[in-house]
Amino acid sequence: MSEKPKSLLYLDGVSVSFDGFKALNSLSFMVEPGELRAIIGPNGAGKTTMMDIITGKTRPDEGQVFFKGDIDLTKKDEAEIARLGIGRKFQKPTVFESHTVWDNLELALNRKRGVFATLFYTLTAQDKARIEEILSTVRLAGRKDDLAANLSHGQKQWLEIGMLLAQEPELLLVDEPVAGMTDAETAETADLLKEIAKTRSVVVVEHDMGFIRELGVKVTCLAEGSVLAEGSIDFVSSDTKVIENYLGR
Amino acid sequence: MLAGMQLLLWKAQHSLAVDPRVKPEDDAGGRGRCPAGQRGVSGEFIKTGIALLLLAISLLIMPVTASHAADDIRAMVNALGEGNFSENRKQIEELAKTGDLKLVPMLEAMSKGDLYQRKTDKQVFIAKPAGSSFKLIDPLTGAGAGEEAQGGLEKIKVNNSLRRAVRDAVGGLTLMSPDDAVRLQAARTILASPSEDSLELVDKALATEKSAAVKPVLEQARAASLLLSSRPVEQKKEAVATIRAIGGQESLGLLSSVLGNADASLKPDIEAAIASIEQDRQLWGVAQNVWYGLSLGSVLLLAAIGLAITFGVMGIINMAHGEMVMLGAYTTFVVQEIIRSSFPALFDWSLAIALPLAFLVTGVVGLAIERGVIRFLYGRPLETLLATWGVSLILQQAVRTIFGPTNREVGNPAWMSGAFELGGLTITWNRLWIVFFALAVFAALLFLLKKTPLGLQMRAVTQNRRMAASMGIRTPWVDALTFALGSGIAGIAGVALSQIDNVSPNLGQGYIIDSFMVVVFGGVGNLWGTLVGAFTLGILNKFLEPYAGAVLGKILVLVLIILFIQKRPRGLFALKGRAVEA
Amino acid sequence: MITSFLIKSFDRTVIVAVAILLALAALIPALNLLTGPDHPLHVPTYLVSLFGKYLTYALLALALDLVWGFCGILSLGHAAFFALGGYAMGMYLMRQIGARGSYGNPVLPDFMVFLNWKELPWFWHGFDMFWFAALMVVLVPGLLAFVFGWFAFRSRVNGVYLSIITQAMTYALLLAFFRNDMGFGGNNGLTDFKDILGFNIQADGTRAALFAASALALAAALVLTSGIVRSKYGKILAGVRDAESRTRFLGYRVEHFKLFAFTVSAMMAGIAGALYVPQVGIINPGEFEPGNSIEVVIWTAVGGRGTLIGPILGAILVNGGKSIFTAAFPEFWLFALGGLFVAVTLFLPKGIAGTAQAMLARRKEYRKAADTDAAREGATAPNPVAAE
Repeated sequence: MSEKPKSLLYLDGVSVSFDGFKALNSLSFMVEPGELRAIIGPNGAGKTTMMDIITGKTRPDEGQVFFKGDIDLTKKDEAEIARLGIGRKFQKPTVFESHTVWDNLELALNRKRGVFATLFYTLTAQDKARIEEILSTVRLAGRKDDLAANLSHGQKQWLEIGMLLAQEPELLLVDEPVAGMTDAETAETADLLKEIAKTRSVVVVEHDMGFIRELGVKVTCLAEGSVLAEGSIDFVSSDTKVIENYLGR
Repeated sequence: MLAGMQLLLWKAQHSLAVDPRVKPEDDAGGRGRCPAGQRGVSGEFIKTGIALLLLAISLLIMPVTASHAADDIRAMVNALGEGNFSENRKQIEELAKTGDLKLVPMLEAMSKGDLYQRKTDKQVFIAKPAGSSFKLIDPLTGAGAGEEAQGGLEKIKVNNSLRRAVRDAVGGLTLMSPDDAVRLQAARTILASPSEDSLELVDKALATEKSAAVKPVLEQARAASLLLSSRPVEQKKEAVATIRAIGGQESLGLLSSVLGNADASLKPDIEAAIASIEQDRQLWGVAQNVWYGLSLGSVLLLAAIGLAITFGVMGIINMAHGEMVMLGAYTTFVVQEIIRSSFPALFDWSLAIALPLAFLVTGVVGLAIERGVIRFLYGRPLETLLATWGVSLILQQAVRTIFGPTNREVGNPAWMSGAFELGGLTITWNRLWIVFFALAVFAALLFLLKKTPLGLQMRAVTQNRRMAASMGIRTPWVDALTFALGSGIAGIAGVALSQIDNVSPNLGQGYIIDSFMVVVFGGVGNLWGTLVGAFTLGILNKFLEPYAGAVLGKILVLVLIILFIQKRPRGLFALKGRAVEA
Repeated sequence: MITSFLIKSFDRTVIVAVAILLALAALIPALNLLTGPDHPLHVPTYLVSLFGKYLTYALLALALDLVWGFCGILSLGHAAFFALGGYAMGMYLMRQIGARGSYGNPVLPDFMVFLNWKELPWFWHGFDMFWFAALMVVLVPGLLAFVFGWFAFRSRVNGVYLSIITQAMTYALLLAFFRNDMGFGGNNGLTDFKDILGFNIQADGTRAALFAASALALAAALVLTSGIVRSKYGKILAGVRDAESRTRFLGYRVEHFKLFAFTVSAMMAGIAGALYVPQVGIINPGEFEPGNSIEVVIWTAVGGRGTLIGPILGAILVNGGKSIFTAAFPEFWLFALGGLFVAVTLFLPKGIAGTAQAMLARRKEYRKAADTDAAREGATAPNPVAAE
């Protein structure tokens, strides 16, 4: 308990099971403010379930989940958690395909999110500037009036990251951001994430070991719902258990 | 012929024993239709009562008495018109010796003074006043024999000693009959209308009775008669206990009727017996509700089970599901029409013939719908809903155009008609068969899904279409077959439901919402959930009905389901985990 | 704030549509009242009422479109809100009959006298006043939608499940309103209306005014809906439709957004029902029939869901078709309607307006693509085909 106040995100002894299958088995995990953390692990290790728990999509059967020390995330739903400052990028890029790139970002902006506030919202100069800034960060300025549906896969991934930025979260959960990207895009994404991590904490789930090496951060390897190993990429990838469970001999 | 007589006898038994508070239709589902075979049976029999019952008995044992030439007996009956009281008595004793049960109605009529001699030809008839003249009934066959003016008839007079002789003769004919079934009937008859007069006869019969089936009934009849007699209180106390053991509405009526005039020392016994019978009846009332609930549940199960496949397993919202049920019912109608006009002997087999045909017809229609419409709409459930609704309108209108908008008559085969008693329960055969049938269909479907290659392929395709496809399963065919299977099952449900519901083009619409409620309540994708859901909703409905009325009960159930879905959006037996999100 | 909301709601289509509706509101009554029966342009009164009925259907379809087209909630119970609004109006009209009923009871409507009721049930009080009835026309459907939606959306009942329980809702109401002791006239419903706001309900002038009121209500609803869907709220609503979880993870309370749209939509449906009843002269439980709600869906689908003009177009076309069809070949109407359901879902999923819109957009795209093709060569933008 003594560590709790220091960490931004604190999971302790979290278990959850679906129809007898233990997706998470007494998982404990911590993220410090400003940290960029990579998570690896085989399919079914519980990576996505862990994100579901943090973002309130799934309730744990047991265990504690705290944000910023004393905010109990297990008692809150997705919208509340998002407003607290946790953003999430899905495995499959999820953007509003029938809206333009601009509208996607406008909706993501961290403004009042009530029904009536949005009903009578008008775009201010300040918001406009912020959206343009994000557009250039995610390299989509040229396509701001295009429908999101018409973007390429990689551009959708970036748009989604841009939306997360607009949300101004303190913690960003990113699920497989480079799946389906070209090598060049992967490298650019790594830069982008490193850039973002300067001002906030980021947790990245990824299979691509090259990408993780490029990030050069602390790595946590999950397997069968709990932490198998944690440390630098070299340390983790030389761990015998990790090799056995995940990397393969 | 024998079967027919047995049926008549059987009906008579049950309609006599039927508790009058039970309406002939136990009609689960509030769709208000009296099962065809049962229509009016009980009322009619109770009215004409015992005489007709005994006639039935006499028909039953006709083969036994075939040795007596009918003409001889007719002559002996005619002789009754000639003699005086003492001669009549001898003649009656003679008649009793023939052991011919056909005589019973005649004897009954005689003691009531309904026996007349026709002056013109000295023939003896049972006669009933009909307006100014009399209607004649042949005393032996019970057939009508024309009318006769009052002046053309002479009444055969009876006095008390003659009446006793008649009663003894009837008792002797029936209670002393060598046939167990006849004696049982006679005992039941006395039990149903006990009187002090019968007591002696019953005592005499009890002395010689050996049959384990007949004896207890005789004892009950004796107890009932004894209560009305002037026998000592001790004997009556025993009688009260015996009657208490019988229970039921008649016993209650009997006890209540004697309560007023009963000896003070007997009253507490009777009151206790009444209270305890009342309590029994309440318990049976609950049991009856459970049965009605099971019956309604089986109807819901039948209606929903095909949907459990198309909606539950495949995720297709088939709004034309009810129309599949309707097509199944119309298939039954067509089969029965053909049988009626060409092969009347096969009528009892009509349902057995209709079942595979209905499965085939609706299965093919289902296949056509899947290939023609639904396959273009996979992954768009709301569009599927709309398109299948359109299909349902077309099917309804097509049936309306072909068969007309009115209800068509679908008959119950003999084995599905009537009812029987089980303790304090009245169970109609059609409902019972439908419960069995629903369970059988459920079991067969479960087997099909879990144990056959087709079932395995169906489950594979619904779980992971692409993987199944790459394993070499022809997914489009599996889709089509699964949908055809669901439709076919709706069709055979229609065969069963044609037995209890109106067969009209709107038949299906009445079931569609209920069916969806069952599947959603039970949990989509879970056949067991459908089973539990159907019976839960059925029983819930029937227990709410007495308090809220049929319509309000149904509304309450709907509201409860709506609230329940809020609580458990995935139903009673929901699948959990990430698979659900897909 | 409000003005910016309104300004946003007027784009070219809406302006044209509102102008047409306003013109109709003036023209049709004028052609009915100011021309003699022999005049070539004369519009007979029965047609005025028929067109008025279509406009109320169009309003109902527009209401459904707000939740289905713009938010993805397929309600199969919208006719229930329509009928509730209709009953609220019907109750007012019943009270207006006063002592002119067959039994001459100044307070109790005929059916209550017939049922031997001695006094007015509590929920009939106040309906002798128009303002109260008018309030109930929006409040009752709105409240039902609010309560129902609050439960349903909070527990995330979605997609077809929601459709099925909305259907159960209208079915339950159907059964309830069939009961005599509910106090709404049972099977026969409410009818034999005499006058509205003091005007004879059968008079040509009243009919014309009701038509004009329907057109105005539709125009107002169009502006309101347009404002809603063009606001940031509307964009979020579309977000809910397309990617509900994304909206949630952006911090929006999806259930509130749905609830607001559902309630507003139910109120619009209630107004439509209230305008419908005096024009057809009767309201009975048959209006709750689940099939009616599904028919509204097909109007919307034919016209094009997710567009503003589509549902209006669809409602008028399908119902106009129905009027003509049922007069010419009554037996075949259900075949036609059934076929329409199938054909639209299979071949015209976007509806008439949606398809037209998509074609226009594609043409614009082509032109733009041709313009920018050269400019894009060698640009820094990432290669759009890089994925795979």
